[in-house]
Amino acid sequence: MKSAAQDRPLVEVHDAARWFDVSAPWLERVLSRKPRTLLRAVDGVSFSIRRGETLALVGESGCGKSTIARLLVGLYPLTRGTITFDGQPLSAMDGPGGLALRKRLQMIFQDPYASLNPRWRVGRIIAEPMLAHTSMSKPQRDERVDALLTQVGLHPTDRDRYPHQFSGGQRQRISIARALAVSPEFLVCDEPTSALDVSVQAQVLNIMKELQRSLGLTYLFISHNLAVVHHVADRVGVMYLGRIVEIADRDTLFKNPRHPYTRMLLSAIPDMTGAGVRRTPVAGEVPNPLNPPPGCTFHPRCPFARDLCKTESPPMLTQGVNQVACHGVAQGWPMYTEISVAAL
Amino acid sequence: MTAILELREVSVEFPTRRGTLKALNEVSFSIAAGEVVGVVGESGAGKSLTGAAIIGLLEPPGRISKGEIFLSGRRIDHLSDEEMRPIRGKEIGAIFQDPLTSLNPLYTVGHQLAETIVTHLPMTWSQARSRAIELLESTGIPAARERIDHYPHQFSGGMRQRVVIALALAAEPKLIVADEPTTALDVSIQAQIIELLKKLCREQGAAVMLITHDMGVIAETADRVVVMYAGRVAELGNVRDVIHSPSHPYTVGLMGSIPSVHQHVERLVQIDGTMPRLNAIPAGCAFNPRCPQVMSQCKVERPQLRQIGATRAACWLQKEKEHA
Repeated sequence: MKSAAQDRPLVEVHDAARWFDVSAPWLERVLSRKPRTLLRAVDGVSFSIRRGETLALVGESGCGKSTIARLLVGLYPLTRGTITFDGQPLSAMDGPGGLALRKRLQMIFQDPYASLNPRWRVGRIIAEPMLAHTSMSKPQRDERVDALLTQVGLHPTDRDRYPHQFSGGQRQRISIARALAVSPEFLVCDEPTSALDVSVQAQVLNIMKELQRSLGLTYLFISHNLAVVHHVADRVGVMYLGRIVEIADRDTLFKNPRHPYTRMLLSAIPDMTGAGVRRTPVAGEVPNPLNPPPGCTFHPRCPFARDLCKTESPPMLTQGVNQVACHGVAQGWPMYTEISVAAL
Repeated sequence: MTAILELREVSVEFPTRRGTLKALNEVSFSIAAGEVVGVVGESGAGKSLTGAAIIGLLEPPGRISKGEIFLSGRRIDHLSDEEMRPIRGKEIGAIFQDPLTSLNPLYTVGHQLAETIVTHLPMTWSQARSRAIELLESTGIPAARERIDHYPHQFSGGMRQRVVIALALAAEPKLIVADEPTTALDVSIQAQIIELLKKLCREQGAAVMLITHDMGVIAETADRVVVMYAGRVAELGNVRDVIHSPSHPYTVGLMGSIPSVHQHVERLVQIDGTMPRLNAIPAGCAFNPRCPQVMSQCKVERPQLRQIGATRAACWLQKEKEHA
């Protein structure tokens, strides 16, 4: 029984969707006979995260990464599909015993300036989750706050200061300490370092990796920065317009990407090693998510698109733990014969 | 090559109630025609302020307290607003980070472009309009003839930045100051914009000052790099030399802290601590409290830029090395 629970992925997302109603007001709709408009921010996403691993989701603005983060911690309800955490459906959060489930997953937000209450002292900010989730006494909480501050590389005396007295990187450490306060198993990190300078980003990423090792944490790491993702992730999912187009372990994805969009993203990374080397810019932009193209949503930008791509949505092709949704890959069209040699 | 832009020991101060803050401290570098010079550093290093000082757009009470700025041999740092206006736009083009705030939402893109052209070049409005269409086409905006009558909000982020670039290049300036031109854009768009900026500047032979915190962008775009720290130039040199064999410990740390997709390291190099505040810049070398190789001299005397290996760096350490 115990071993079965150990083998089971900690988080399983099946066909999750989240649509937002962005219709014009009722009267305007009636007068100008407009239909309802739905923004399909996340539309049929499935993945699982094993205990102790880091799954990263990458993609450009508006691809639905942050919506998934919010779905996973229950900040948005699902429109369709299921998310289970350690075998329990996430919808149980709202029922009896939901608090116990919420305690096991926490979130770190992107902007450390907006996610900490400016009127509260750091000690109170970090202790708040303990008040909500545990029956710890005041001295116990204080002791835990001190331990947490030390753990994230701050000093216990920092508890009496206010957030504005800290720099961006230090604030992000406070966010991490707060998220760890109730000893969660799973952390959802939504662009935790994108508001930080590179040297500070390195400090925060190092701390996150150390904590993962010492506490056995499981991370969902959301970022648009592929270099950061390469550094932290065990597996990587690439998102485009609300869907996952490719998901693979890190080395496979970076060394042998299969979806044309993944290739495009990789080729767009500025290259530090070959200073002065030109990269091939990729044409086009992400289409309006309110009116996504039919078939494979990437086809207008894809250099290999054929008629099939314009009409039919590609199925998710599974090979072991790696998945890719592309007609070209599924049917073995000749793609990148010349590019792949040059790129590797 | 003649220098289009030359800064000589430029200092910028902000007088405040609690004393004067020195935001730029004796910054010197030059940019030749057709050259792209990258200015990098972390937030608060003074990169954008250097750009603002050159364009003459320092926010009061900030002022240039010392030093000189030359544009094609002409001194421009002491000019009045009236004298500066024809230079801005005509001789210096500026591109800012957020393309939405650098365009006027109430005018069409075509109007804004034509206005710039008419102001700076001897052209009529109808000539300016056809020139504006050419400019939009050269920046890769599809259907420029129709798009010219659209408003900024009808363009996507990447397209807006193309418009801003067209605007900056409208009067064929000698110098382009691009302040974080790609930071607000997605990676795939970023590559397009950088490629475009490089191509257009090459064609026009303009000198470019590219301000960014993204070393990757610098690595691909710049010919030379100026690394700034706490309002001072820490290191200066050719892009390859600065990236592959930096001399200043700050540059070394900065390069090591950037994650790479080409190699996997368990731990990134980290520079402990943060950049000092302007009111608490340490004596001697500003980097000394964070420097892993700090010596007693660093805490007393400020190092000047000196040739060390392939680059010029402001560091005492290398002097010791040379002695040894």
